[in-house]
Amino acid sequence: MPRVSAYWSVARASFRQYSTYRMATAAGVFTNSVFGLIRASILLAAIHAAGGELRGYDALQAATYVWLGQALLAPIEAFGTREISQRVHQGDVAVDLLRPTHLLGMFYAQKLGRAGFLLLARGIPPMLVGAVLTGLALPSDPLSYLVGAACLLLAITVAFLGDAMINLASFWLVETRGLSVVYMAVMNLLSGFLIPIAWFPDWLAAIARATPFPSMVQTPIDALSGRIPPIEALALLGEQTAWALVLTVAAVLMLRIGVRSLEVQGG
Amino acid sequence: MADHARSTPAASAARAERPLSLPRVMGLLYASRIRSQASFRTSFVADVLGQMLVVGTEFLELWVILSQVGVLGGMALTQVAVVYGLGALAFGLADLFFGEIDGLSTMVRSGKLETLLIRPLPVLLQISSMDLSLRRLGRILVGLSTYVIALVVAGFSPTPLTLLLALTAPLAGAAVFAALLTTAGAMQFWLVDGREFANAFTYGGNYVATNPGAVFPLPLRAFFTFVVPATLIAYAPTLTLLDLPGPALIPAWSGWLGVPAGILTWTLASLLWRAGVRRYTGAGG
Repeated sequence: MPRVSAYWSVARASFRQYSTYRMATAAGVFTNSVFGLIRASILLAAIHAAGGELRGYDALQAATYVWLGQALLAPIEAFGTREISQRVHQGDVAVDLLRPTHLLGMFYAQKLGRAGFLLLARGIPPMLVGAVLTGLALPSDPLSYLVGAACLLLAITVAFLGDAMINLASFWLVETRGLSVVYMAVMNLLSGFLIPIAWFPDWLAAIARATPFPSMVQTPIDALSGRIPPIEALALLGEQTAWALVLTVAAVLMLRIGVRSLEVQGG
Repeated sequence: MADHARSTPAASAARAERPLSLPRVMGLLYASRIRSQASFRTSFVADVLGQMLVVGTEFLELWVILSQVGVLGGMALTQVAVVYGLGALAFGLADLFFGEIDGLSTMVRSGKLETLLIRPLPVLLQISSMDLSLRRLGRILVGLSTYVIALVVAGFSPTPLTLLLALTAPLAGAAVFAALLTTAGAMQFWLVDGREFANAFTYGGNYVATNPGAVFPLPLRAFFTFVVPATLIAYAPTLTLLDLPGPALIPAWSGWLGVPAGILTWTLASLLWRAGVRRYTGAGG
């Protein structure tokens, strides 16, 4: 059983690795903010057309929803990662499996380190842009921030597990790009990133609520914006935890079965 | 004359070495890429279907909003669908041929660009044909069918003039998007690590183009009309085609500005691309 410090070192290294890409970070913040403006314009026009309020969202709440979503985009890695699948295809995964750390634990530690940096560097600036350009509706109850932070950690975890499972499909598929493109498209919609789930027609909302996707985006946004009071957010926190457990079991099983069918050539 | 040329050995050698004409090379290059990808039939079909699903979910976003409010930016669902279909079609066409330029910074970093520079073909053409991805046909198919069906449902009554506009608008829009993608690629000669900057204008431009332009507040609308002419790609032509009044800054007649915008953006993009290639010095190796 490896010591916790191994994972801690990996997380720290990953944080520092990402903090060196300054130009890329600045470019990402800029693009995030422009997209935030475009998205906010569309949602605000919709709310204006609905007469100032649409299914529980007024203009300020909708703007807050958009900017929080833009802030979460990078830490959640909504565009997916390809590292695990590439390591499987190139055979490097054999080295990862020899390490005394668990493969998924290693990548999770990396993800947390990375997410920590991305949250600070790519999460906060779009919020500031939003505060200046459209204004933000932030919660007055300090408990909202506490529960929101816990929801955020679990959202990052659930998003990591979903993405890891798509990557692990590479044990069986030669090319996972198509799968990951479809996964991202479905996730963008059903997680409530593009538009709030409350706006969905009933059948689409029912589909979304049966998946782990809302736990990745809609839940942390609702908790952090205080749109859902902290006590009710605790129930959502429980739902996120349940999804995290289910997906952990599924991912570990996938890895076990996948390793059995893995054949690495050369040496 | 021809007999005479055949008779001298020097002339026949010259003919053997004469490079193929550029259009012929382009045809050969693209045909070889298409053949190589279509031969993996299952993967090809899955890729195209996947891409269609992706574009479909994008449209769901607009559909959900319109099922709640009825009118967005002065347009009903079928009218928004015309804008969306036209924009997606134009972007899909541009993305098919110029989508790979986004990877230029990787080529700069790995030194792969040097190999392209020493070949006797335009670099832009080589990059364009190198990774022509047929999966991008998915976006084109969804865009085209949405555009045609929505036009019919929205009650488009063609005159010779508006029919001409309906046919040229996707091509003019594709030219504008292609110019934007090329500009974004050219910028990577200066900003190797900053490729994401350009996404704000290319993919951001696509996002703006597929929405009714009237939803954007004036400064944003002005930027995405006069600097990055995204609203002129699909929104303005739709106003003209369906005979709708335009908002401030985008009058209905501006639907005719697609072709001039395409020419103007391409002129600027090719100048920038040339300057970028000239500036490139390589990293040795």
